[in-house]
Amino acid sequence: MADEPAAAGAGQDYPTIDPTSFDVVLCGTGLPESVLAAACAAAGKTVLHVDPSPFYGSLYSSIPLPSLSSFLSPDPSTPSSTAAAAAASGSHTAVDLHRRGVYSEVETSGAVPEPARRFTVDLVGPRVMYCADEAVDLLLRSGGSHHVEFKSVDGGSLLYWEGSLYPVPDSKQTIFKDTTLKLLEKNVLYRFLKLVQDHIAATSGAGDAAGIISEEDLDLPFVKFLNQQKLSPKMRAVVLYAIAMADYDQDGPDPCEKLITTREGIQTIALYSSSVGRFANAEGAFIYPMYGHGELPQAFCRCAAVKGALYVLRMPVAALLMDEEKKHSVGARLASGQDILCKQLIIDPSYKIPTLDVPFDESDSNCPRKVARGICIFNKSVKQDASNVLVVFPPKCMVMLFLLVDPVSILDLALEEQQVATVRLLQLSSNLAVTYRKANLTCRFMAYLSTPCTDASTGKHCIKKAMDALFSPLDSDGSQGQLATTSGSTGDVKPTLIWSCVYVQEITQGTSSSLLSCPMPDENLDYRNILESTKKLFTDIYPDEEFLPKKSAPVHDDEDSDSGE
Amino acid sequence: MHGRPRRLAKPVDEEAASAKAAKLRDLQVQVLQNHHSRTYTKEAIGLSFKLLEINPEAYTAWNYRKLAFQHNVKELSDPEAIRSAVDDELRVVEVALRQNPKSYGAWYHRKWLLNQKLTPVDSEREFGLLDKLLKVDARNFHGWNYRRFLARFMGVPDEEELKYTMDKIGDNFSNYSAWHNRSILLSNLLIQQSKGFESKQKVFSEEFELVTQALFTDPSDQSGWFYHLWLLAQTSTPDKPQLIASWPCNGAKLSSSFIKEKVDQNTLSSIWCHSLKERTVPIVLYFNEPVKGLNQSSVKLKSYLEFGKDIHWRALSMTDSGYSNCWATYLQIANECSSSQQYSVEVSILCSEDIVSRSGSNYDSPVHFTFTIELISDSQDIDLFDKPVAWSCSESLQSYGNCEPIPFDLLTITSALIEEESNWHFERLSEQIDLFRELPDDNSKFVKLTLARLLLACAAMKSCGRSLIERKRYCDEALGHLSDLIHLDPSHKQYYEDERSSVLMDKLTCDMETFMKHCSVQVQPNSVPLNHVQLRGLSLTCVGFAERLMWVQVLDLSHNSVRSVEGLEALQQLVSLNISNNQISSFTALEPLTKIMFLKVLDLSFNEIGAHPIDTTRYICSSPFSHKIEACEAFEQCQKKNFNVEEYWDALLFFKSLKLKQLDIEGNAIASKENFRTLVMELIPSLKWFDGECVN
Repeated sequence: MADEPAAAGAGQDYPTIDPTSFDVVLCGTGLPESVLAAACAAAGKTVLHVDPSPFYGSLYSSIPLPSLSSFLSPDPSTPSSTAAAAAASGSHTAVDLHRRGVYSEVETSGAVPEPARRFTVDLVGPRVMYCADEAVDLLLRSGGSHHVEFKSVDGGSLLYWEGSLYPVPDSKQTIFKDTTLKLLEKNVLYRFLKLVQDHIAATSGAGDAAGIISEEDLDLPFVKFLNQQKLSPKMRAVVLYAIAMADYDQDGPDPCEKLITTREGIQTIALYSSSVGRFANAEGAFIYPMYGHGELPQAFCRCAAVKGALYVLRMPVAALLMDEEKKHSVGARLASGQDILCKQLIIDPSYKIPTLDVPFDESDSNCPRKVARGICIFNKSVKQDASNVLVVFPPKCMVMLFLLVDPVSILDLALEEQQVATVRLLQLSSNLAVTYRKANLTCRFMAYLSTPCTDASTGKHCIKKAMDALFSPLDSDGSQGQLATTSGSTGDVKPTLIWSCVYVQEITQGTSSSLLSCPMPDENLDYRNILESTKKLFTDIYPDEEFLPKKSAPVHDDEDSDSGE
Repeated sequence: MHGRPRRLAKPVDEEAASAKAAKLRDLQVQVLQNHHSRTYTKEAIGLSFKLLEINPEAYTAWNYRKLAFQHNVKELSDPEAIRSAVDDELRVVEVALRQNPKSYGAWYHRKWLLNQKLTPVDSEREFGLLDKLLKVDARNFHGWNYRRFLARFMGVPDEEELKYTMDKIGDNFSNYSAWHNRSILLSNLLIQQSKGFESKQKVFSEEFELVTQALFTDPSDQSGWFYHLWLLAQTSTPDKPQLIASWPCNGAKLSSSFIKEKVDQNTLSSIWCHSLKERTVPIVLYFNEPVKGLNQSSVKLKSYLEFGKDIHWRALSMTDSGYSNCWATYLQIANECSSSQQYSVEVSILCSEDIVSRSGSNYDSPVHFTFTIELISDSQDIDLFDKPVAWSCSESLQSYGNCEPIPFDLLTITSALIEEESNWHFERLSEQIDLFRELPDDNSKFVKLTLARLLLACAAMKSCGRSLIERKRYCDEALGHLSDLIHLDPSHKQYYEDERSSVLMDKLTCDMETFMKHCSVQVQPNSVPLNHVQLRGLSLTCVGFAERLMWVQVLDLSHNSVRSVEGLEALQQLVSLNISNNQISSFTALEPLTKIMFLKVLDLSFNEIGAHPIDTTRYICSSPFSHKIEACEAFEQCQKKNFNVEEYWDALLFFKSLKLKQLDIEGNAIASKENFRTLVMELIPSLKWFDGECVN
């Protein structure tokens, strides 16, 4: 867990690092950097890993609630570098490094419930891991699993549809037990799941080859394929947004470029279904680190440290050391003024990559991707008897609600264009250590929301809309439990929002030939894309080395703290 | 374990395997030795544990442990010591179950231990063990059996167990055992009228709802369909057994003689009864479901006639379960009676605790009927078999004068009772039919079969008047499904064909008008009019609705695909039967005919008797193989005459019990066998016409 710096600001007494030359220097302890550090250390490289913060995780950390606002909007007056004054030594040229603002549109409301320090919030939320995904495999392979404990998202998933929450039927049993589905819907949905399962079994060689879905169908947009299978609109939404985790509207009038193909959809379903039941004590497909996502980078850092990587926190990198032609970085100047030479420098994405003479590639530099995120604390679960649940708001679903409620409002009509992307919400209860529970007190639930967006204010609006849909605001007189009167809702009392924070995060990644930058937390629910890019970075640097091979794990690697097999 | 692909066995280390085998053999020898010498020392018992640990199937070792346990526990007086002895045994069972969770011996040993009642049972431990086992394999029927035992043993209320089945079904509804246990528990709760289970209708409506959820989710899963079948049976059959037909029917007039001069449209009301010549009157009662317990006190007879011997009711059934739909008795008229005197016989079937159905319900709808017997002693002796009976091949049946067959409506007795069926049953069934018509079936056999069954259950409720039109509509739809099924599921073709035959028979016989097209009164060749039914060329494979044919004296089933004649045993009036050109494959398949006392003419020509090397019915029929018949004298006699008994035992048993006058058997593989004709003539001394030739 991230700790408040004991002596924040009193960082001038930097330690001197010995040796002064490494194979790899990494700055920033976000998940990708930490995984890379572990991989490099496992490959026998000498690694120096520094972080300007007093805690692990960078953009991937979990921080105490009171520190959130200062993290999201850092004081611009803080000098990012003090070491530029140091003269260029020898043949190297120093190029100053600057941090950039990653977060914008930060807006908090409500009073932070006490004791605020007992709440820890993820910066990457809502995020989970599939029990069978790459992140879990990496943890098991590297031995990082010994440093993290997990809880399952045992309440399953819910779909927000026409103003109400519905359980997501994702298996034979949940379809059977679902009370909201019509008999024929059950039949069609299970038939579809079976088709996919047969396909998965057949492609993995275990099933009947007749079960393979034709190439032609696999290249179809997934939504078309679902139509062919006669799924009703609601069932389509379930499969597209709550199981295949599509981000953008798949069903719009004009074909959108972000349509997922059947192949992609089925891949996610395959991962989903292989996740269910992978660990005997995990219910459902998803798991969540018990003490927040900040645990993950820390776990990989420990693995790296075990393999000999050197760690220094509270140590910003002040400048890059470039060779004479200013083409290659040869090292880094630390805030302490010490110059460290290295063959490969990898920096945190929150550093601006200086414009160098060499051709520089910053993807989507004109229109950076963004993700709007929200964090809220409220008084009761959105679903009765469920503690940890995932709620999916498919694109356009909230407009539909709004028009139902108030069809004449011009403002609402304007919104119709706005919710183009899926909003996801992950509710975590006090059985995870991130929220505080005191005996005889009402328990507190915490939820993370996110939606991808191109325009910051639109994204923020969607997040707020989703909060409005599920929670009632705390009245000025402080009374809780306002009756939900919106149409289609269960008539139960909605949870009351106690505190919330909405912000927008940029997603950029820049890389030059010798200076590598790791990916930022993306809009996805899991780490798959991030780890894919990380793996690619590693193979770019060391094409001949294996990425975290199994043997790199410590001896007692076979037992996973989470598996009860 | 279920639903998992079978994996090839790992290549075993041969050395290790043979070492293990040697060790096992060694252990086995030692345990057996200890068993014989009654050595019950600690070491000896330890050896048996070692054996069971490796091989829980060593049943003798379990028995040895039981003896040892009994022997040793006798000497213990300290309750703590007894407890630990029991504990040790329980642990042995647990170890064995770990090795094989389906070991009969281990499970039985545990039950035996509990039944010793030496220590209070630790229910937490027992149910915990079960939970663990049923979690690993939710369909382990040993586990379910043990659970039922335990629930009874511990007095766990059925309601709680019912909840448990629901949990397991919730986990995975593809669980035969859970559904099965549910059906048992529900039956108990309904019988006991437990709280919340007073209304059968309410309970079954909920169960239909539940199982339909499973069926729609995955129609290809069989377990739900089986439960549905059980529900259907509960819904479509009346709670109590009912009498649905009798012979003679109410008001019938039986006559021992028929004088041609008396043929007069208006007075013709008596039925010539062949058996009266032998002063015997069969009475046949037909129930809607198998019952047992018909005897002199449950069925009362009242008449001025004196009947010889005790009246003994026989179950006309091919099984020896004691239950049968069809019961018969043969009245022997004992007294001399004057000519042309009519005697009435009154039959009363009373509410009786004796008559019970398989489900244990008593018969409680009393029925009385009366028929009269006319004994004419002086009449000229008509030889019915003066000439061989020829089967009319003409398509339509000629009517001989105005000789109407038996008044049809007299036959059914309890139509009034069946009408009483509650609307609830019919509504429930119709609702289910509508549901499954909606279910896209992908040619699933379960959907079609269930629909057919539902439709037939509905049809059965429509039994009179205008609703007969509906009945036929239901039958037609069911026939369509059954025909589809024959193509869809060829491995069960014969079952579907039999079902189809039965529905066809229903359609042909359910109303007077249709049935009459197949009926006539046959007067040729001798002047005796016989009730004749012709069901030829209809692709029937078996006989259904025999209760509607009990008055038939001449039956033509030729040119069908009949494989089984089960059901015909109810036709005690039958004199001639034509089943030529069918698919009868053995004499054993004809066993029901041996129950027809007065069958005289039998045409078996052009069947498949003797053509099949394997007789599939031989273990079903009464034979020396099924230990139902004592070694027959006939066998010995034939042996003396040098007939091949081993080869012809079935023919021997069959013909021995018939008193045929006329037999046709040409066109069967067996007929061309050496000696066969001689054998037949030997067996049936009364035979007059054999394959068209006069032999006597």
